[in-house]
Amino acid sequence: MKVLVVFGLFVLVALGHTGRAAGRLVPGYARPPACGPGAGRHSAGGFSFGLNFSYATPAGWRPCVPRDGARLYQIHCAACHGPRGEGAQGPTLAAPTLPRASTEELLLKIIKDGLPGTEMPGSRLDETEIKQLGVFVLALGKLPIEPVSGDAQRGAQLYFGKGACAQCHALKGRGGAFGPDLTGIGLQRGAAHLRQSLLEPAADVPKSFAQYRPGTSVPENFVQVRLVTRAGHRISGVRVNEDTFSIQVRTLDGRVHSFFKEELKELHKDWGKSAMLSYRGVFSATELEDVVAFLVSLRGER
Amino acid sequence: MKRLLLLLLLTPVTFGQVSYDRLRHASAEPGNWLTYSGNYAGWRYAPLRQINTANVARLKPAWVYQIREPGKVETSPLVVDGVLYITEKAHVVTALDGRTGRPLWTYRRAPPANARGCCGTPNRGLAVLDDTLFLCTFDAHLVALDMHTGKPRWDVVVADANLGYTMTGAPLVVKDKVIVGIAGGEYGIRGFLDAYEAQTGARAWRFWTVPGPGEPGHETWAGESWRTGGAPTWLTGSYDPELNLLYWGTGNPAPDWNGDERAGDNLFSECLLALDTDTGKLRWHFQFTPHDVYDWDANQVPALIDGIVNGRRRKLVATANRNGFYYVLDRVTGEFLRGTPFIKQTWTDGLDERGRPRRRVDAEPTPAGTLVYPGLGGGTNWYSPAYSPLTKLFYVLARENHPQVFYKVATPYHAGELFEGGGARDLAGNEPYGAVKALDATTGKQRWEFKLHAPAMAGLLATAGGLVFGGSVEGYFYALDAATGRVLWRFQTGAQIVANPVSFVVRGRQYVAITAGLALFVFAVD
Repeated sequence: MKVLVVFGLFVLVALGHTGRAAGRLVPGYARPPACGPGAGRHSAGGFSFGLNFSYATPAGWRPCVPRDGARLYQIHCAACHGPRGEGAQGPTLAAPTLPRASTEELLLKIIKDGLPGTEMPGSRLDETEIKQLGVFVLALGKLPIEPVSGDAQRGAQLYFGKGACAQCHALKGRGGAFGPDLTGIGLQRGAAHLRQSLLEPAADVPKSFAQYRPGTSVPENFVQVRLVTRAGHRISGVRVNEDTFSIQVRTLDGRVHSFFKEELKELHKDWGKSAMLSYRGVFSATELEDVVAFLVSLRGER
Repeated sequence: MKRLLLLLLLTPVTFGQVSYDRLRHASAEPGNWLTYSGNYAGWRYAPLRQINTANVARLKPAWVYQIREPGKVETSPLVVDGVLYITEKAHVVTALDGRTGRPLWTYRRAPPANARGCCGTPNRGLAVLDDTLFLCTFDAHLVALDMHTGKPRWDVVVADANLGYTMTGAPLVVKDKVIVGIAGGEYGIRGFLDAYEAQTGARAWRFWTVPGPGEPGHETWAGESWRTGGAPTWLTGSYDPELNLLYWGTGNPAPDWNGDERAGDNLFSECLLALDTDTGKLRWHFQFTPHDVYDWDANQVPALIDGIVNGRRRKLVATANRNGFYYVLDRVTGEFLRGTPFIKQTWTDGLDERGRPRRRVDAEPTPAGTLVYPGLGGGTNWYSPAYSPLTKLFYVLARENHPQVFYKVATPYHAGELFEGGGARDLAGNEPYGAVKALDATTGKQRWEFKLHAPAMAGLLATAGGLVFGGSVEGYFYALDAATGRVLWRFQTGAQIVANPVSFVVRGRQYVAITAGLALFVFAVD
């Protein structure tokens, strides 16, 4: 026990330029220094490396860096999931819910063990670090509740009534598919952004679809498309999916039109445009705030 | 009776036995696919013409084999005398009847619990010698299996998976040795290339791709950084029997995106190595990206070709590198002959007369990030290129318009944990795409390209039927005219293709095979 305490003190000294390191010293948690003098002289996860150790683990030259959730994320997750969880090689983590990690417990298990059959590896982090990482990941892409001046209940009436928003947008599986699902929009977008989008729909349309990772799955993808078929038919709508040889487009009436590209004479993609009409002059200033209040209150699962 | 006798006489006495002589002359038996790349020269070329530009439009699935293990399937089948040998996973090997797709045996090993990898747990295939198959497992074992039953003969530990070593590539058999590379460049391993005696599994030699104290090249690593220097050897190299040289690429120095602690060129990371097959001694090396800070592994399969450069006929080695350049070297001496970008690149002002990049200083990753073409995925990657001796074109799947913002962070080393030092993020306002490119093999000049909507991750196969086969992440398997790049046939498999195609013959019928999702698709013309 004494050894443990002494050792704990050593860890504290070794890590110790910031107070945060002290948070690592939970009862029973005594780990060799991860950095600084003596780093790498012990195994990281309870494995015994035997003789291999001498060449694989350098001693005494790594700078000391506190390992809080944000930093652990940068080291272990950002390369695939993006520095802000926006997704890249790996899926986006900046989302209201994670399909494979619907609870914190599941998330921690995935961080520890990885996801068999995917590129998500397990890790050798200890429980405290995994927990810190989990807390950080769960907070990604979730806006805190924001005080707004409008009345959300009146906003709901305007959403379904005067605004006819449900014609294009769905809430919990009900509504149109021409625009993005808004079930969890309050977690993803703040009041200012939503207000602007209602007045100037094209102001902040994604300029690209970096998260649109073409595969055989259906992407979340609303780029505006205009096309002319070889027979001369003109169709405009939103792209549902596209590949090298074909494209699927949804028109305002909800129908999906599918073409092989050899059947098309012209194909235009209007990046940065939105099919949504501005609500300027439709909603009064008060009504606008009510709708915004309703939208920021939408924090449900998608 | 007379006919039977004749048949027996025609049957090679080596039936079911793949001698080194057969491997060396693999192109003389085009109905088989005996090594990872189809021949030692790394061409991924089938000298078969039954399926050709005139009839490929009639190509139809002959059979499909559903793989029973989850995950990405990157396996490139071996085909020996009508039987396909595939790795469903690095711990599951299956032999399939080439005519019907029915399994003949399955070898199953316990899935590893301790191995960690950056990018899934793929396996790219097997090697064969005599009646033995060789398998690299994800937890870095080399296993020998009886080719006729799948029973294990020996199993040796190549490296310690607890330190981040893994194996994902197919071994290469040369003479009586099994050459194997390792992965783990994202975990701060110290890279090497190994040779094992095929008979016993005893290690014949090891070449450390990061030299230790006193060895040439050690001075290119600052301080103790060599200990965690990376330089993995995770794809399969090529071999020239006449020169008795192995050509093998190495990967990134570690940590990937932060070079602060490893000042110097970091030899032999990002190199093509020419090694004596018998001793593992280095004959020459060529480094594509000295002191790499982008993770542009140089592991791509090198193609050994003979051609005329500057009016002189030479033995060449050609490779399209992840760093965006296509290189042609003299494979006897390692002399740099040509280097031309095959995609857009912004990290150099070109190469100097010795092939060394003229680096742009403002292209280094910073904590805030630096935009560089190409991105982390590189101009191309592990998926095989192809070379056709008929068209003299080098076919490569390129990733176009995919710059990324590279950034670095301080990353302490912990044994067995990710050790990357940063990352790369996508740029808003940008849609990358893929392209199959046909390059003049000796000059690198682009002859044609076939654009893909999305960047793809599938290898290419050239055939004597004038075709180039490829795949897409959208699920298409397609055939292009090797001379023009025109698409002649396509098939939607229903899952992304991240594998290399092969071709073979059973009972006089030519087949083309590729895995898509969790299935092996085998096609033939009616």
